[in-house]
Amino acid sequence: MHKRQLPFILVFIFGAFMAVQYFMPHESSEFIYEFFALDWVPIIGIFALALGIWSLIKVSWDKIKHRRQDWQYSVVLLAGLFTIIFFGFFVKVGEHWEFRFMTSDGLQSYMFRHLFDYIVIPGQATVFSLLAFYIASASYRAFRARNLLATLLLSAALIMMLRFSPIPGLGEYMSKTATWLLNVPNLAAKRAIIIGIGLGMVATAMKVVLGIERGYMGKG
Amino acid sequence: MIRNVIYGILLALMSVCLALAQTDAVPQDSAGTAPAAISPPQPVTGLTAKDTPDDHGHSITLKWTLSPDDQGGAHSVRTYEVFRWVPFFMDSMHARQYSVDSLMGLQTLWRRYLPFAKDSIKYFEKSGNAETARRFADTVAYIEKRTSTLRGEIKSLQRGIENDWERAPQAHAQYPNGGEWQMVGQTFAGQGNYVNSGQKDNTASDYLPNGCNFYYRVDAVTADPKIRTSSEIVGPVQATGQWYNVGRTPSLFATGIFVLLVLLFVRAARKGKELYVRPLAGIEAVDEAIGRATEMGKPILYVLGLGTAADIATIASFTVLARVAKRVAEYQTELIVPTYDPIVMSVAQETIKSAYADAGRPDSYREEIVFFVTQNQFAYVSAVNGIMLRQHPATNVYMGKFFAESLILAETGALAGSIQISGTDEIAQIPFFVVACDYTLIGEELYAASAYLGREPVLLGSLKAQDYAKAAVIILAILGAIAVNFGWTEFREIFRVVR
Repeated sequence: MHKRQLPFILVFIFGAFMAVQYFMPHESSEFIYEFFALDWVPIIGIFALALGIWSLIKVSWDKIKHRRQDWQYSVVLLAGLFTIIFFGFFVKVGEHWEFRFMTSDGLQSYMFRHLFDYIVIPGQATVFSLLAFYIASASYRAFRARNLLATLLLSAALIMMLRFSPIPGLGEYMSKTATWLLNVPNLAAKRAIIIGIGLGMVATAMKVVLGIERGYMGKG
Repeated sequence: MIRNVIYGILLALMSVCLALAQTDAVPQDSAGTAPAAISPPQPVTGLTAKDTPDDHGHSITLKWTLSPDDQGGAHSVRTYEVFRWVPFFMDSMHARQYSVDSLMGLQTLWRRYLPFAKDSIKYFEKSGNAETARRFADTVAYIEKRTSTLRGEIKSLQRGIENDWERAPQAHAQYPNGGEWQMVGQTFAGQGNYVNSGQKDNTASDYLPNGCNFYYRVDAVTADPKIRTSSEIVGPVQATGQWYNVGRTPSLFATGIFVLLVLLFVRAARKGKELYVRPLAGIEAVDEAIGRATEMGKPILYVLGLGTAADIATIASFTVLARVAKRVAEYQTELIVPTYDPIVMSVAQETIKSAYADAGRPDSYREEIVFFVTQNQFAYVSAVNGIMLRQHPATNVYMGKFFAESLILAETGALAGSIQISGTDEIAQIPFFVVACDYTLIGEELYAASAYLGREPVLLGSLKAQDYAKAAVIILAILGAIAVNFGWTEFREIFRVVR
């Protein structure tokens, strides 16, 4: 069979089953759904993760080997990767290190937890906290009153902000206006987008299942 | 003397007050008589028990007419307690399952304890405490010996339980012998229905088997839980799973019509009918952006987002990626695709490889084009931001599912001076992209992007069907608003979907 026909047949079979399954609450239907969706996907994910890590190592190693631009970062990346893998799988028992593959003991080990708690988590928090500054800079750009629509946007934003105003009476009045803005024009627009998304999802899923859309297979 | 008299009077007054207070403490009704004891309420009537429709089974729906003493009469009903007759067999099975769970817990505990015990032996041997070391050694020896047989025991017990569950229907058929009434739920006064749902997993304590005869009764309970009246017993009733969810018929009907529309338009397009679709600035910018990158000699960064390969947005993004990769291959421009999910990485690799082959440039494909970064949201953002700031891509394309990282990515891209095109179906992130990107595909436009880029009649046919479906939704929404305002609730009920 042609190497492109088999994937399309598989996509059709599983796609059609998933569509039918939505209308079948019976246990047999649930069993098949859970078998594929809950059991197969993690298994595929685990194997794919190995591929992913291999890809990361290969790309970084090539960078170091050929001394490409900013290769030093790749050294740091690989050092971090292997260090955390080491402490995730090796546990210090007494004075020697034991390899623990079948248990999660490594994840509870002192070094692994410390690396995670004091390097990974603060790093994440730092990047996340940048969002506050980016929101400020993006707002500044968005709220410049260049034309009528931008002015309306600015006015709406001012109302939303002034609802927390400490000025007596103003906050309450703005709060009511802000609630109306959120519940009427904003919600109407959101629902329009949601309906469009729903139809688009069905159309895309159908095109993929029926083999009309083959772009994801590179058939551009 | 006078003082003694005053003390005497005060003492007498206090005695009188105390006596009065004690008299007041006894509750009396308006007539001054002692309160009557709560009389048993009248029972609920018309109790029915039916299999819950449109589900996988394991559920029974009960309905009843409220007791006359609830919301009226003596107003004495506080709650309703729902009872089901349960054979002792069920308790026995749950007890056996509990033994298995306990043994499994012990197994886990020992697995965690053993390394500690072994360490302790070494520690006490070194410190010269031979007696304690020997005790630990004995414990380790016992655990190791017992662990070797424990697994088999658990398996054997599990098999026995699994086989014995087949006897559940027979046990329930023994009613009223060999069982007892157990309370399975409670509702407040004024509520005349209850759904007795259980788990489908027979290891759960609230497992409710399918295909067994159940009997129910409902007690009307007063403020004094001892004073209650039971209803008539209803049964037998069995829980069964359905093959078709009637409540989802409107969904099936709507999907059917939409599928038909798509197929009709696709057929019309195949026959050569000219289909007009409104232009989308974001899509038209893709070609321009690829050309710009080629002229500048800088790469194109394509971000697939944080979705999995099962998300429709990511699938739509793959189709756009295929078109972009094909053009990139034709123009011989550099493409960078850092991924968040390893499955997405594998699919993206295949997509790009095929696109390069379709463009007649299979030799230009390199595995480094697509690479996995991490499955940690903000670490991924850091990596992608680093690429933007170091390599200064001419164009950044963000298509797929995005969450809190959307603005961090888009703002960094704007700082790096790249042309940015984004598309997502995450409504909360659309405003961020609109603000920070040059072009944004809003919601469904992401799904349409592939068809626009390819300009293939067959794909444009599906877009046309979407437009007609949207028009139908708008008309139905207007009709619905009119119907609800005029009180024609039947119109609304046609579209009600049971989830």
